[in-house]
Amino acid sequence: MATTTIDPMNNRGGLRRRISRVLYQRPRLRLALLLGGPLTWLLVAYVGSLVALLVTSLYHFQSDPTGLVQRLVTTPSTTNYQRVIDTQVYRTVAFRTIGAALAVTVIDLLIALPVAFYMAKIARPWVRRALVVAVTMPLWAGYLVKGYAWRAMLDPAGGVLHEVFGRSPGFGLSGTIVTLAYLWLPYMVIPVYSGLERLPNSLLEASTDLGAKAGRTFVKVVLPQIRPSIVAGSIFTFALTLGDFYMAQIVGGTTQFLGNIVYREFSANLPFAAAYATVPVVIMIVYLAAARSSGALEEL
Amino acid sequence: MYVSRPARYALAAFTALVLLVLYFPILYIARLSINTARSYAWPPRGFSLEWWRAAYHASGPRDALFRSIETALLASAIALILGTLASFALTRHRFFGRNAVSFVAVLPIALPGIVTGIALNSGYHRAGINLSLFTLVVAHATFCIVIVYNNVAARLRRLSPSLEEASADLGADLFQTFGYITFPLMRSALLAGALLAFALSFDEIVVTTFTAGAGFETLPLWIFNNMFRPNNLPLVNVVATVVVVLSIVPVYLAQRLSDGAVGVSGR
Repeated sequence: MATTTIDPMNNRGGLRRRISRVLYQRPRLRLALLLGGPLTWLLVAYVGSLVALLVTSLYHFQSDPTGLVQRLVTTPSTTNYQRVIDTQVYRTVAFRTIGAALAVTVIDLLIALPVAFYMAKIARPWVRRALVVAVTMPLWAGYLVKGYAWRAMLDPAGGVLHEVFGRSPGFGLSGTIVTLAYLWLPYMVIPVYSGLERLPNSLLEASTDLGAKAGRTFVKVVLPQIRPSIVAGSIFTFALTLGDFYMAQIVGGTTQFLGNIVYREFSANLPFAAAYATVPVVIMIVYLAAARSSGALEEL
Repeated sequence: MYVSRPARYALAAFTALVLLVLYFPILYIARLSINTARSYAWPPRGFSLEWWRAAYHASGPRDALFRSIETALLASAIALILGTLASFALTRHRFFGRNAVSFVAVLPIALPGIVTGIALNSGYHRAGINLSLFTLVVAHATFCIVIVYNNVAARLRRLSPSLEEASADLGADLFQTFGYITFPLMRSALLAGALLAFALSFDEIVVTTFTAGAGFETLPLWIFNNMFRPNNLPLVNVVATVVVVLSIVPVYLAQRLSDGAVGVSGR
């Protein structure tokens, strides 16, 4: 408030000055003007759509007595959710997707641990900085391009893997898992690297001084300390796999993931697609709630 | 912890191998774009700019390129404005529901793309809006807001409030303080946020699948629609290379501008 009394320029009172003074004195108004646009956008365009989708998932189609015409019933019911739980194929696909998400997470973790350890604890500072950039950049290099590249590489007829190594997982579940593990690897390396970088070297030295060999130090000291970082990385690898459906189409052969069913049903039976799409969302909410207790969310 | 010399070399070698695997697929496609053979079979054969010439003259990829750029420019412009406003609101004010607001901002990239996609699609449908460039831009802007927000908010948190207070004490009004002090200090963060938003939008396909009008093919959609047609593979290789360059260059620039803040959470 000092400005209003000390500064003589304020007495000139141009329109801009007056607006500025009003805003300065009313933080709430300032907040409303700042937040109004973005919040309205997010609520109208996005949250509204999400709620609408949730409502849609409670509708269902019903055949009329002739069995020829499908009628949309808009009385809320859990019919679609019941169908998700009761139908064998939907359960199988859900478990397959969860299994793939777990597999991708484990593969990425096993690759990320040594790489991140090298980056954080062994590489010289300039190498370390270069490596962070080098690991992050491919994330942005075209999701679909990378999927296509793996299609070219996995192809049992003439693909790199088959020609050079004599074997290729080919197009199927394992090919999809390999491709997804490739796609999301940087999401695991970077958080694990930050966790290791924050880990004081003195802890590792203390462990060595007390007689622990490298392996034991890693298991007993390093791993427990960087657990939140690992969980943070796994949120990305797990969630991204859970929602993916393009890679199954590109390198999965006939493999179907949750997303493929949602995509297929989307045009045929939107209420059911909406209900099935809540499966990954619910899984992620449970996963995030579990991760929260380990303090991993601060790592994101 | 003592890591023996052989173990150090082993870790270095493993890291190098992982980097090779990370970059090989991308470089392989770039190499294929100047292949003489039509197939993507190993090994690549010969060198030729034939496919680049063909892609340049083909209307499909060019239209798709312009559509992608148009979408990404519009979406990142909207995201730049909304994300910046939101970052000021959330870093400079404490209010009830603040956590809820930041949660809602992150939601579009935290939920699987397919959920965001079908939600927006059915939202448009309910509101009676036909799919078009407009609906696509709205969708992209929605998930780009958080990218800009992350970058700008990180910069605002680092800015010392004493600079703005000094400006106010010297008699500047809010707009002058913003124009002379705050804006110059956050300019590079704004640019970095916008570049990342551009790259994210340019590369996006899942939400795009559900929110682009019929026949409105962005570059990633064009690649997907053509990668199963053996005759079009040479063009796909060229277009894929262009996509990589056009998404990595803005991110590289953003990285330079934002003192290494382009991390995983930026995405």
